[in-house]
Amino acid sequence: MSVKTYDAGVKEYRQMYWTPDYVPLDTDLLACFKCTGQPGVPREEVAAAVAAESSTGTWSTVWSELLTDLEYYKGRAYRIEDVPGDSESFYAFIAYPIDLFEEGSVVNVLTSLVGNVFGFKALRHLRLEDIRFPIAYIKTCGGPPAGIQLERDRLNKYGRPMLGATIKPKLGLSAKNYGRAVYECLRGGLDMTKDDENVNSQPFMRWRDRFEFVGEAIQKAQAETGERKGHYLNVTAATPEEMYKRAEFAKEVGSPIIMHDFLTGGFTANTGLANWCRENGMLLHIHRAMHAVIDRHPKHGIHFRVLAKCLRLSGGDHLHTGTVVGKLEGDRQSTLGFVDQLRESFVPEDRSRGVFFDQDWGSMPGVFAVASGGIHVWHMPALVTIFGDDSMLQFGGGTQGHPWGNAAGAAANRVALEASVKARNEGREIEKEARDILTAAAKHSPELAIAMETWKEIKFEFDTVDKLDVGR
Amino acid sequence: MPFQKTQGDYQTRMTLETFSFLPPMSQDEIYDQISYVIAQGWTPAIEHSHPSQAMDFYWTMWKLPFFGEQDLANVVAELEACHRAYPDHHVRLLGYDNYTQSQGLAFVVFEGRG
Repeated sequence: MSVKTYDAGVKEYRQMYWTPDYVPLDTDLLACFKCTGQPGVPREEVAAAVAAESSTGTWSTVWSELLTDLEYYKGRAYRIEDVPGDSESFYAFIAYPIDLFEEGSVVNVLTSLVGNVFGFKALRHLRLEDIRFPIAYIKTCGGPPAGIQLERDRLNKYGRPMLGATIKPKLGLSAKNYGRAVYECLRGGLDMTKDDENVNSQPFMRWRDRFEFVGEAIQKAQAETGERKGHYLNVTAATPEEMYKRAEFAKEVGSPIIMHDFLTGGFTANTGLANWCRENGMLLHIHRAMHAVIDRHPKHGIHFRVLAKCLRLSGGDHLHTGTVVGKLEGDRQSTLGFVDQLRESFVPEDRSRGVFFDQDWGSMPGVFAVASGGIHVWHMPALVTIFGDDSMLQFGGGTQGHPWGNAAGAAANRVALEASVKARNEGREIEKEARDILTAAAKHSPELAIAMETWKEIKFEFDTVDKLDVGR
Repeated sequence: MPFQKTQGDYQTRMTLETFSFLPPMSQDEIYDQISYVIAQGWTPAIEHSHPSQAMDFYWTMWKLPFFGEQDLANVVAELEACHRAYPDHHVRLLGYDNYTQSQGLAFVVFEGRG
């Protein structure tokens, strides 16, 4: 090693952190940032600054740098690309050596990659578009407590998406009335129901009372239908200690699954809860409140595909992904891009889906994609096409808004789902033939016929705010 | 008209998971599903159970799975043979997916009288 001397002062970042000749190692963690610099700052300097500030660098040279080998530990900006259709921003690709991150801690990864650097003055906007986690790092993470295959085996659900519903009204029901709504949905043919994310333990319905009544609803529906049922009991709470207490009781009342909000609760809480679930044979449903604050702006924040990857590493068996067709934001190609990241064992780079890197997941179990929000029976063929079998389709209003009530609403959705899956297996193009398929199925199901009449005019056609970057 | 008169009474039913909310399939429709299983590269298999034990994970296997089977008619003939041998039992067809180590499809073809 060459002997260096201490030269106090401020150096340009690019002298040390812009390394266009660098070939990333298989063990490097790679990141793609969309950068929008302040006017007049060269791209290389911006990219190098991001690499430095998210790894070993600080604004001034310090003498203690010479006590280590920063060439080994530094992050490196190794490539810059234009953003299609956007002249003021560019993509910076940065490679980080794996030793910068504690094993099994997405918390540590995010603290570095999306820490101080996002407030850096030389940048107007910064967005973390994608991370390539090296397989060596993935192997240090626990991942989903059960995963898709084990959940199917435990619940005996094969060859189709699962069906769910969020219990409504989302706030204000008493525990007993809430359990009634759950029971009606489950007896009618849903596989699972869900606590709304806002439901924790409010004065109108304390958590313990809810868990008890819902426990009976699950057991009774199971006995009466002969099918396995569940309800995601939301254990998200103010402290981890309180969450574990609630999780234990959820297990005691016989629910196969609990629920957590991973962004408001935080990754540390989430990883701990995932470990608890793995040790206790419980499934973990993950809601994503707050995600749009972080991921919706096209130039600033973190793309949801990164949050989804981090969740798969932290642990969860279900994750909300949007519906593409419902009431909430979601571009189709982009959604398919991160749904793959949840479920597949290898996802190749595909810019048309916003996937910037090959991602090898190795043997990490998959996560069910959850489509929820403003969907109803008319959407069913499209949802089956978009999300495929390894998904959880959740119809809240679309079940409980049925004129005959929850059970009939649930049956309507189940008939529509099975008719769509059957037609798909027969080789039909179910999105194009949606009307024919549903109309034929409704001949045998008055519940479906009424659901189709009730929701025939409801559409949510607004343009997507966060689009993939394509030349226009 | 009084509100209640517009309502139907949804009666809870014992159901058997995938496709049990649809009317019984015709022979052609069953052929289509078996054909789908084979086209996916999955291995068809047959299981049966007395209805009183239908919630158990393990049903009794009817012979071994159809490894490498490409002929629908053989699968259908065995489904019918199983049904004749156990007329009181549910008989279901599965498709083993050795990539996911799961079942790509499972549905009851004959409902037992049990």
